[in-house]
Amino acid sequence: MRYLPHTDQDRAEMLAAIGVSGIDDLFAGVPRDKLLGGLLDLPRRKTELEVTRTLRAISRKNHAAADGPFFLGAGAYRHSVPAAVDHLIQRSEFLTSYTPYQPEIAQGTLQYLFEFQTQVANLTAMEVANASMYDGSTAAGEGVLMAHRVTKRRKAVLSGGLHPQYRDVIATLSDLAEDRLAVLPPDPMGAEDIIAAIDGETSCVVVQSPSFYGQLTDLAPIAEAAHRHGALLVAVFTEVVSLGLVEPPGAQGADIVVGEGQGLGNPLGFGGPYVGLFATRAKYVRQMPGRLAGETVDAEGRRGFVLTLSTREQHIRRDKATSNICTNSGLCALAFTIHMTLLGELGLRRLAEANHVRACRLAEALAGIPAVEVLNGSFFNEFTVRLPRAAAPVVDALAKEGIVAGLPVSRLEPGRPELADLLVVAATETAIDEDMARFTEALEAVL
Amino acid sequence: MLNRDDRPTRPEPATRRRETFTGNRALQLEEPLLFEVGRTDVTGVDIDVPEHAGDRLGRHRRKAPIGLPALSEPEALRHYVRLSQKNYAIDSGLYPLGSCTMKHNPRLNEAAARLPGFADLHPLAPQATVQGALELIHELGRWLIEITGMHSVAMSPKAGAHGELCGMMAIKAAVRARGEDRTIVLVPESAHGTNPATAALLGFTVVAVPAREDGTVAAAEVRRLAGEHEGRIAAIMLTNPNTCGLFEPEVCEIAAAVHAAGGYFYCDGANLNAILGKVKPGALGVDAMHINLHKTFSTPHGGGGPGAGPVVLSEALAPHAPLPAILRGTDGGYRLVEHAEDEAALAPFGRMTAFHGQMGMFVRAYAWMLSHGADGMRQAAEDAVLNANYVRAGVQDLMSVPYPAHPAMHEALFDDGFLDGTGVTTLDFAKAMIDEGFHPMTVYFPLVVHGAMLVEPTESESRASLDVFVATLRDLAMAAKRGQTERFKDAPRFAPRRRLDETRAARQPVLKWSPPEPIEDAAE
Repeated sequence: MRYLPHTDQDRAEMLAAIGVSGIDDLFAGVPRDKLLGGLLDLPRRKTELEVTRTLRAISRKNHAAADGPFFLGAGAYRHSVPAAVDHLIQRSEFLTSYTPYQPEIAQGTLQYLFEFQTQVANLTAMEVANASMYDGSTAAGEGVLMAHRVTKRRKAVLSGGLHPQYRDVIATLSDLAEDRLAVLPPDPMGAEDIIAAIDGETSCVVVQSPSFYGQLTDLAPIAEAAHRHGALLVAVFTEVVSLGLVEPPGAQGADIVVGEGQGLGNPLGFGGPYVGLFATRAKYVRQMPGRLAGETVDAEGRRGFVLTLSTREQHIRRDKATSNICTNSGLCALAFTIHMTLLGELGLRRLAEANHVRACRLAEALAGIPAVEVLNGSFFNEFTVRLPRAAAPVVDALAKEGIVAGLPVSRLEPGRPELADLLVVAATETAIDEDMARFTEALEAVL
Repeated sequence: MLNRDDRPTRPEPATRRRETFTGNRALQLEEPLLFEVGRTDVTGVDIDVPEHAGDRLGRHRRKAPIGLPALSEPEALRHYVRLSQKNYAIDSGLYPLGSCTMKHNPRLNEAAARLPGFADLHPLAPQATVQGALELIHELGRWLIEITGMHSVAMSPKAGAHGELCGMMAIKAAVRARGEDRTIVLVPESAHGTNPATAALLGFTVVAVPAREDGTVAAAEVRRLAGEHEGRIAAIMLTNPNTCGLFEPEVCEIAAAVHAAGGYFYCDGANLNAILGKVKPGALGVDAMHINLHKTFSTPHGGGGPGAGPVVLSEALAPHAPLPAILRGTDGGYRLVEHAEDEAALAPFGRMTAFHGQMGMFVRAYAWMLSHGADGMRQAAEDAVLNANYVRAGVQDLMSVPYPAHPAMHEALFDDGFLDGTGVTTLDFAKAMIDEGFHPMTVYFPLVVHGAMLVEPTESESRASLDVFVATLRDLAMAAKRGQTERFKDAPRFAPRRRLDETRAARQPVLKWSPPEPIEDAAE
C-alpha cells in the first residue's frame, strides 16, 4: 500500500521489540467478541490510476458551472480566482500543518490569520474580526448566540430578507438551545418593518444586506432602534464582494457582522468548505466565538503572533465556553486573504464594479422580456425577477439547454404559492454578454 | 509566569545579538506584515470593468476608503512563500500531535477535489445536473455506515465539534419526541473540552464521571450516577478509544447502563483511526458518533481547518437526522431532500448549515478510502497502533507511562513524573523537541494526568523515522535528568521565533494591524 511505509518484516520486528507476539495483542482492551475477524464488506485497495478513473467518471455526471451560461448565486458565488491562490494554498507548510498550538513554528499561519483578521475588520468597518468560522450560515448562528450572551436576553428577531437556510440554521439552534425567535415572513420587495418587531426582550435583530432577494437595506435606522431597546444589530451578508462597493455594516451601527467569505479565493465546491467571516466591536471581543490571532513579542523582543484570548474557548472553559467551536476554516481563510491581497482596495473596487455593471446589464435585458418584472429597487450583483409562471419548471427547462438560470425561490421556500413565480438571478464578472444573450433569449422562449 | 496548569506563558527575556543587517538568517527570512509593504494604489489582479451608464446601488454606495493594501503577483508569491517557510508541516517531518491524527495527505486527493465536476459545482444547481455529487456523498455515507456498523449517517456537519453538536441535537430531539425531560449529560473527566461545551450549549447540565486509576471509565460509576439521577440522564459522551489512548474495556457495559437508564450513548469519534476495520462502534452500543474526516480519512488540516464531521446514527436516532438527506431512488437516481415535508419517513431536528456539507472534504476522504480499501484501512489502523506502542516501548524506561497496565491504542500518553526534580517542565520538553526538528506532541492534555504528553505518530511514519524520534526523546529525557536545563529553558533556539509572550498577547490584545501613530514633527 503506497501510503504505508512498513514491510511485513518491519512489522514483525517492531512487534518483537514491543514484546508481543501478534498485532491483536495490542488490541487487548477490545472485548474479544467485538474484534472483527475478517475485512469490512468494502472493495479492496485501488491504484492511483483506478481511483482517478473512478472519481473522474463520477465528476463527469455533474454539470460544472463553466459548462454553460450560469446565473446562480443565492449564497454561493462564482468568481474568477487568480491561479496563484490555489498554488499558494497547496504549499505543504500551509496545507499539512495544524492549528498553531506551537507558535514558534507556526508563524506563517499566525501572521496570515492576523492579516486576515485585519482585512475582514477593515472590509466590514468593524473593530475586530476572528480567524474565521465554518461558513456564513453557522457564523450567523454563532452571532445570535453571542448577542444572547452580551445582552443576557434570549430572543432574536430575524428579517424576512435573510437567506432561508441561514434562517433555518438559526432556528434549529434556537429551538434546541431553547431560545426564542421571531421570524418575519419572506420579504422579496425589501419592504418589511422590522423595527416594529423589536421589543424590550429582543437580544438582536438579524438583517441581511444585500438580502437573499438582492435588496440593499439601510441598516442605520434598524441599528438605532435596536440600540434604543438595548438590543444588538447582527448584520449578515452572503456575498463578500459586495463590500467593495456597498456601504459596510460597521459604518451603519452594526454590533456583530457575519457573512460568507467564499466569494473571494474559494470555489463553489458544491457548498463547502467555505469560510465564515465574523466581526464585532472591541468591547464585545471577550464574548466572541472562534479563534483569534494576536500580536506579541518573543523572548528576544521580536514581533510575533500567537493564538490568544483562549480563555473564552472550550479547551480551557469546557462547559462555560463561549462556543463549542474548536477549528476555524484555516485554508479557506488563507485562500480568501491571498485573493484579497492580490486585489487590494483598487482591485476589490474594480471587481465589485464589474459585478454590479454585469448585473445591471442583465437586469435590463431581463426586464425587456414581456411579463418579466425586476422587483428590486436596488441591488449589487443579484436581484429577483417575477416570471409570468412558476419559476421551478422554467429553471428545469433551461437546465436542459445547459443554462443555469438562477434559483427558483420555491426551492428554499416551498409551500408559499406567493413566491412560486420568483427567480433570484446573479451575474458576477464571469457572466459574459454572449451568455446573457443566450439566457435572455432562452427565457423568453420558454415563457 | 505560570498559568493554572503550571504552564509558563511568559518567556524569560533573553538578550539577542544582531547577527545580520537584515535580521534574516539565510533561508529564515523575516517578512513584514502585508499592511507594512502593500499599497492601496496597486493591484495584483487585472479586471475589465465594462462601460455602463448609471447604477442600481441606490443610496448605498460605499463612502470611505476601506484600508486594503495590495501586492502585485510576484510580491504576493514572495510574501506567502516566506510565511509558509515559518510553518512546520507533516510534509516536513514527524508531527506527533496526539488526538489530532496528523497523517500523510495524499496529493491524489487534492487533484480529485479540484476536478471541475466537483470544484466548479453550485450547491443549488438543479438536481438533475448534480447527480454525480449526490452519488459521491451517498456512497461516502455508505462506506462510513459499513465502517462504523451504524444505521445511517448525517453528512452535513462542518467539523468535529459541529458533528458533536449535531449528534447531541439528535439526542435532544429524540428525548423530546419521547415526551421526556432529561437534562443531564455524563462526561468523563478525560473528555475533550468540546464535549462539555456542546452539552452546555444545548442547555444540558454536565455531570463529570471520574476516571479510574487506570485511566478508563468504570461501568459501575456510570450505573451509580444513573441511579443518582434516575430518569434524568439524556446521554453519556464518551470518547473511545479515550483521550489517554486506551480502549475503554467496559464500553459495552457502559452503553448498557446508559440505555437501561433511558439515555443515549454519544461516542466522540476523534480516535476512530485506532479501530478502523478492527471494531465497529455500532457493535459497542453507540447511538451517535461524529467522524473527523480530517483525522481518520486524511483530509488536510490546513493550518486549523476546514474539517468535516459527518455523524453516524443508530436506528433510534436516525429519523431525527438534520436536513438535507440524500436518498437513492429505485431508478438509480439520487434525490436531495431539503425539506421535512418532502419525505414522510423523516423527522429531522432542523438544519446544521446552509447547503449540504463539506463536499471538498468528501471527495478527498472518499479518494483516501478507495485507495486503501477494506484491506488498506485495516492495515492503516494496525500500523497506527503498532507505531504508538513502538514509541512507548522505546522510551518507557526513561519517560513515565501513567497507565502501563494497558497497551496504547494509536497514541501513547506520558506524564511529567520523569521530569520531577529536574526543573524542566512539559512545555520546556516540548520546546526542546522543536530545536531537534520535531513538532511537539500534544501537551497538557488530557487533563487527568499531570503535565501530559500525548504522542500520536500515525501509520504514516516509517520505522526509520520512529527510531530517530525515539532516540531523540531518549536523549532529551537523559539530558533533563543530567541537569542540562539550559537546553530546555532556552528552547526553542533555532526556530523562526523564540518563546512568545502569551500573557502580553492576552492582557493587551492587539488583534489587527493599525497604522502607526503619526510622529510629531521634531523641528517644531
